[in-house]
Amino acid sequence: MEYFLQQLINGVTLGSIYGLIAIGYTMVYGIIGMINFAHGDVFMVGSIVAFIVILAFGVTGGTGTFMLILALAIIVVIAMIIAAAYNWSIERLAYKPLRGSFRLAPLISAIGMSIVLQEFVRVAQEGRPKPIHPIIDGGFEIMHRASENGEFIVRISNMQIIIIISTLVLMAVFTALIQRTALGRAQRSCEQDMKMAALIGIDVDRTISITFIMGAALAAFAGILFLLYYGSTDFFVGFLAGIKAFTAAVLGGIGSIPGAMLGGLIIGLVEVMWSAYFTVEYKDVAAFTLLVIVLIFLPQGLLGKPAVEKV
Amino acid sequence: MAKWDENSVLQVERLTMRFGGLTAISELSFNAARKQITALIGPNGAGKTTVFNCITGFYKPTEGMINLRHPDGREFLLERMDDFLITRHAKVARTFQNIRLFSGMTVLENLMVAQHNKLMRASGFTIAGIFGSPSYKRAEDAAIEKAKYWLKKINLTDRADDPAGDLPYGDQRRLEIARAMCTDPLLLCLDEPAAGLNPRESEELNRLLLGIRKDHDVAILLIEHDMSVVMGISDHIVVLDYGQKISDGSPATVKNDPAVIRAYLGVDEDEEPAVIIAEVAAPIAAKKAEVKAATKKAPAKKIPAKKPTPKSRGRK
Amino acid sequence: MTTQGSNITTRPYDWAAIIKDVIGSGIITFLILTPIVAFKTTLDQGSLTYSTRWPLVLTLALIVIAGRLIFHLFVWNRIETSKSAKAAPAKPGILSTIGKYIGPIMLVIALILPLISHFFPTSDKRVIDLAIYVLTYVMLGWGLNIVVGLAGLLDLGYVAFYAVGAYAYALLSTVYLPEWFGAGVVPWAFYLTLPLAGILAATWGVILGFPVLRLRGDYLAIVTLAFGEIIRLVLVNWFAFTNGPQGIIVPKATFFGLPFKDDPGGFAAFFGLEYNRIHFYIFLYYVILALALLTFVVTNRLRRLPIGRAWEALREDEIACRALGINTTNTKLTAFAIGAMFGGFAGSFFAARQGFVSPESFVYLESAIILAIVVLGGLGSQIGIVFAAIAIMGSFELFREMDFLKAILPQGTDPIQFRMLAVGLAMVLMMRFRPRGFVTKRDPTVFLKEKKAVSGDFVSQGHG
Repeated sequence: MEYFLQQLINGVTLGSIYGLIAIGYTMVYGIIGMINFAHGDVFMVGSIVAFIVILAFGVTGGTGTFMLILALAIIVVIAMIIAAAYNWSIERLAYKPLRGSFRLAPLISAIGMSIVLQEFVRVAQEGRPKPIHPIIDGGFEIMHRASENGEFIVRISNMQIIIIISTLVLMAVFTALIQRTALGRAQRSCEQDMKMAALIGIDVDRTISITFIMGAALAAFAGILFLLYYGSTDFFVGFLAGIKAFTAAVLGGIGSIPGAMLGGLIIGLVEVMWSAYFTVEYKDVAAFTLLVIVLIFLPQGLLGKPAVEKV
Repeated sequence: MAKWDENSVLQVERLTMRFGGLTAISELSFNAARKQITALIGPNGAGKTTVFNCITGFYKPTEGMINLRHPDGREFLLERMDDFLITRHAKVARTFQNIRLFSGMTVLENLMVAQHNKLMRASGFTIAGIFGSPSYKRAEDAAIEKAKYWLKKINLTDRADDPAGDLPYGDQRRLEIARAMCTDPLLLCLDEPAAGLNPRESEELNRLLLGIRKDHDVAILLIEHDMSVVMGISDHIVVLDYGQKISDGSPATVKNDPAVIRAYLGVDEDEEPAVIIAEVAAPIAAKKAEVKAATKKAPAKKIPAKKPTPKSRGRK
Repeated sequence: MTTQGSNITTRPYDWAAIIKDVIGSGIITFLILTPIVAFKTTLDQGSLTYSTRWPLVLTLALIVIAGRLIFHLFVWNRIETSKSAKAAPAKPGILSTIGKYIGPIMLVIALILPLISHFFPTSDKRVIDLAIYVLTYVMLGWGLNIVVGLAGLLDLGYVAFYAVGAYAYALLSTVYLPEWFGAGVVPWAFYLTLPLAGILAATWGVILGFPVLRLRGDYLAIVTLAFGEIIRLVLVNWFAFTNGPQGIIVPKATFFGLPFKDDPGGFAAFFGLEYNRIHFYIFLYYVILALALLTFVVTNRLRRLPIGRAWEALREDEIACRALGINTTNTKLTAFAIGAMFGGFAGSFFAARQGFVSPESFVYLESAIILAIVVLGGLGSQIGIVFAAIAIMGSFELFREMDFLKAILPQGTDPIQFRMLAVGLAMVLMMRFRPRGFVTKRDPTVFLKEKKAVSGDFVSQGHG
């Protein structure tokens, strides 16, 4: 029971990170109907940028609380801006010119862009993993019980608390943004019918650009959390995280932001539970298998709308 | 008992189709006879294309029975069959409202693909074909002959080696019909074959359909809005409104059916039908005259070929 | 295009917009490059340090600014006044004349290549090795072309079948064949395994194809990617069966039982030749050439059979296919199976050539490279794929050679590092400027009077 509780906490933490990335997939898919294959790599760029800023500022675990908060705020802002610049440029250079081209064109372009990002970071920063010293440590013991095997302690670390709470806050902000503001209305109308949206005076290009920027900001935030939580990053983390987050987006119902979050949580839990109760080596196989199963049997997702085939 | 009831190829009985809470068709029954043209008409959204999709297996009807009878007495319950098997075994062919040609393949290739199943058997399911067996060669030559026959019928022999997507709109429509006929159907379902055609092309279409009816043992079922086509060539008309059959009979009967007029014009109950009949009949007659005149002088106006690309998001 | 001056007029410069764009793109470039290029982090004896590379960032940003300015001033201000310039059919110029003979010419060159390379004795081994490498990818490209180019199904996990072929050879030749037939069979393993590897890969093609039948486009792409990764991860983790990441050492291919060894029982001794390692390479070259030609011939035959026409029809319009009574399930599965089969052959060859297999050779990037070859070649075009494979694989080799790049690059950077970056960029640029690849024309499979190539504009590229 304690073991399960601990895994639950770990799973929710991981799921929050996946959920944040998944929102970017789901928003972009919702609006232009394509998988932004490079999105996982934008997440990776976010984490690498955070790593570089941390290194440049010399932020360590020993930094005082006030300075630490300030530093983290700066890191968040920088990483979000840079990742947004990346995703904006990707959309401008690789996707926008292909709108109206044949269906595979943007997809192939996206695959190319994903390779470009990974290789760019690898060439510029070397391929080796980039470790940092733990910056946020400490935590709470929720429960501990002595058994014959020794003591088992259920802990939730401060980092986990930060991840879960900040994800909830961001998620609430984004949901409000999309449901309440003119921007959100523009996004939803583009999602329904891009031509019609343009006809009634919505700047479709701008709306799409903003969608990419928003997705990138969330991915960058997830990248920072990932770096702080695991204490390491490299040029390839975006590949696996990207695929898992995409699975989350589909599982939740593509186009739905709460769905992305829900999907993220489920994927995170499945991965952690699989590692905890079955085999750690096959955790990625489990995630990929889940992806296959979801796409085949539940392509409309948990919170999505079913699509009727038009003849 | 009308002719379409005693000599019917297709019998639709109490067909009902619901999408979620919406009833698109309810309790529809009608027959279509061999060597006759049956028109399915009705206002927009009446459920005509849904009927087609049920007959050709793209939708599975919620309730009801669709029976197809072959001349040798075999019967097929279409509602239980997969879409491609309906074409293959029950011998139903169809065209689409938004033309679905293989636009990157040549006109001739389009007609060859339609003879896939026959050629597939002849090629020994590819195995004999890959070693160049002479029997496959013969089958292919026969298939080309058949394609040539239809090319001649639709006046496209000269363009046989051009991509289908390069044809003018009207030619694409007729090519789609020829392609459907290449599957040797007993029932040919045409979804708005005259949509987007100019009067001259429309007239050519009429001639093609009448020719098919004359020379081939096939029942034609068509959805059409163009009343000149419907009234000009149909033997039998079924009128749908809100998914229900409101009239069924010969063109003359249907034309004078108050229910039909009500459905098309949305008249009040107490208005005098005779007045409206006069109003409706006059334009139809006028249009017919107009078409005749147009076919004589109007040169073919080429409508640029439109690619049939429905908005698909690969979500399925 | 620029030579037809009469059709092109220029627009007056909108200086405000140009300056805004140039400065904007400069800022964006600077933002993009600042953290990742300007700060080079190094892990030095356990402690992290960084060095800065500001001059590089500034140079790159200036290049972007200058480039955009030049384009604004000289390229983007042109307006084509006459639409006919664009609509006019491409001149049947020298290219199409060559086009007719290019196939036979290339075949002849391919057949006599070992002879040609013989005149460069210092590098003949390398030339042939490179040719083997290119031909392997040509074959993989042709195999994937069946699935992506003809049937229009975007497969991002093609490398899985390559892996199945390679591991089929590895396991059969080291474990199962000796176990079943005794050790004497090992020299013949390649010939015995090759068909089996193809059959196994085809079976896997069907197994993996079956669940994804209903998927299209992006979803199909990502599911096939997932399948590819699942197979790789299983190869990595199933230690007892595959020896995990360490891989398996396998016997190299033999000349019908005669090993290429410097001993009395070897190939050279049997034919009374002086032992030379080049014999092995020449042998391998002809094996892969034969396999590639087999792929080519079979694919071409299939295209002219009903199954091949059904593949292309499927790419054009799946619903219309069903309305014509075509069993799209079987059609898709045969495309997957036959594509996979050629991948399996190639994989088996790869293992017999390398003498070693490990999961590392079958990563997602390999699939992406093969896909890039198919895309660059022009989806569906077999000749185009040859050019694309030569271009991509050749450029990989060029990156190895480019010493001048080393001069302008920061110290310690090897140009070879940039090869995948170049592939990615090529994919993006190709989609932008020539989305239909090198060869855009489609060759009809049957004709009545004359064979006219179908312009790529009409050819659908499938829903994925």
